[in-house]
Amino acid sequence: MAVAYSGGVIMGADSRVSTGTYVANRVSDKVTAIHDKIYLCRSGSAADTQAVSDYVRHYLGAHAIECGRPPLVKTAANLCKRICYANKDRLLASVIVAGVDPYEGGSVYVIPLGGTCAKVPFAIGGSGSTYIYGHVDHVYRPDMTKAECVDFVKTAVERAMARDGSSGGIIRLVDISAEGVQRDFVVVN
Amino acid sequence: MASTGAGYDLSPTTFSNDGRIFQVEYATKAVENSGTTIGIRCSDGVVLGVEKLLTSKMLLKSSNRRVATLDAHCGLVLCGLAADGRQIVGRARDECSNYDEVYGDKIPPRVLAARLADYVHYFTIHGALRPFGTASMIAGYDPCTKTHELYAVEPSGVCLRYFGCALGKGRQSAKSEIEKLDLSTLTCKDALREIAKMIHTVHDESKDKPFALEMAWLTKDTGFEFALVPDDLVQEAEAWAKAKLEEDDDDDDDDDDAEMTPAPPTDAASPS
Repeated sequence: MAVAYSGGVIMGADSRVSTGTYVANRVSDKVTAIHDKIYLCRSGSAADTQAVSDYVRHYLGAHAIECGRPPLVKTAANLCKRICYANKDRLLASVIVAGVDPYEGGSVYVIPLGGTCAKVPFAIGGSGSTYIYGHVDHVYRPDMTKAECVDFVKTAVERAMARDGSSGGIIRLVDISAEGVQRDFVVVN
Repeated sequence: MASTGAGYDLSPTTFSNDGRIFQVEYATKAVENSGTTIGIRCSDGVVLGVEKLLTSKMLLKSSNRRVATLDAHCGLVLCGLAADGRQIVGRARDECSNYDEVYGDKIPPRVLAARLADYVHYFTIHGALRPFGTASMIAGYDPCTKTHELYAVEPSGVCLRYFGCALGKGRQSAKSEIEKLDLSTLTCKDALREIAKMIHTVHDESKDKPFALEMAWLTKDTGFEFALVPDDLVQEAEAWAKAKLEEDDDDDDDDDDAEMTPAPPTDAASPS
């Protein structure tokens, strides 16, 4: 999931990758960088989402060089959407694009299975998300501070991991702001 | 092909002995013979103006436009062969919509100008192609950085950013007039008048064909949307320019009367 706060975004994800009932990786990283300050929360097929993020990273890098300035989060989301929509019959990929740019500050875009692209204040995705819609809608307030956002993400992912069999492991947290990117993780018992 | 250099002007793929590409230089000539075109970046926007020469009295003044809107936030003015220019306009519009489609945002003017220059340059490196006999000035607004910019793309494929730029027949005197202006404080409304004055100054009514003054801009007042300058404002600017020129003329005449006896024949040597 990802939440925007004034001046940045907090992104979070569990770390479980499973092949059927077998946990293939219990400490994977599903929050992937596609540019200096734009990241992707991946859910769905690991292979598909990795391929999509590799393409987007490539195009976004080339675009940043052509423009000679940091790319917009909107642009990253649009590139992602184009790939997801054009190949919707072949992909199982739903992603959340979030990050900061010097023009619009922190922003979050959600791209679910069909290839829609929407700007949202916060987003949840993946198998565990269905369990926590009620929780996040209840807890979320606009204009939360950065600390409140970290707490919001942490507890929401923790709840999802507790209920969902396909989620688990540790919570990976990424804080992106104009100052830089900070990673953290939480071990849940 | 007796003298050196002869025969090297048939293709843009062949350099001359002294490292020039004559086809590109000839294309530049086509621009230099065209109606004067002026672009000024003001404090609150960009103004483009062009002396559109009318080949016939029966032409509708609004036909054969030399300014073109490319996207909401940018447009260009053509100088040189009008038909070649339409090719450039078509490509520029494609670049605008393609960028929006791929990157989900308006194309920055710098990128548009660079891409257009790439396109124009391509025509100077292939034997089967002829360079464009057209230069263009691009006025654009960048919604990200909230800045307005002016670029010129020449037939050689060179792309440069300007504060003020002039192309075509009267470019030399227009350039020196632009240099006299204070572009950091000049507003678009004032620039309209200045451009009208420059174009009326360089236009020789006795020698040149009649012309229509075509102007377009992109200002704070119009929300930085590229648009033709409304007719009444153009007419007002032209009226101001004409009055100003007449005033200057009268001053000159007074000086002449004071110090001069009948004008001496200046071209006595020329056979008649």
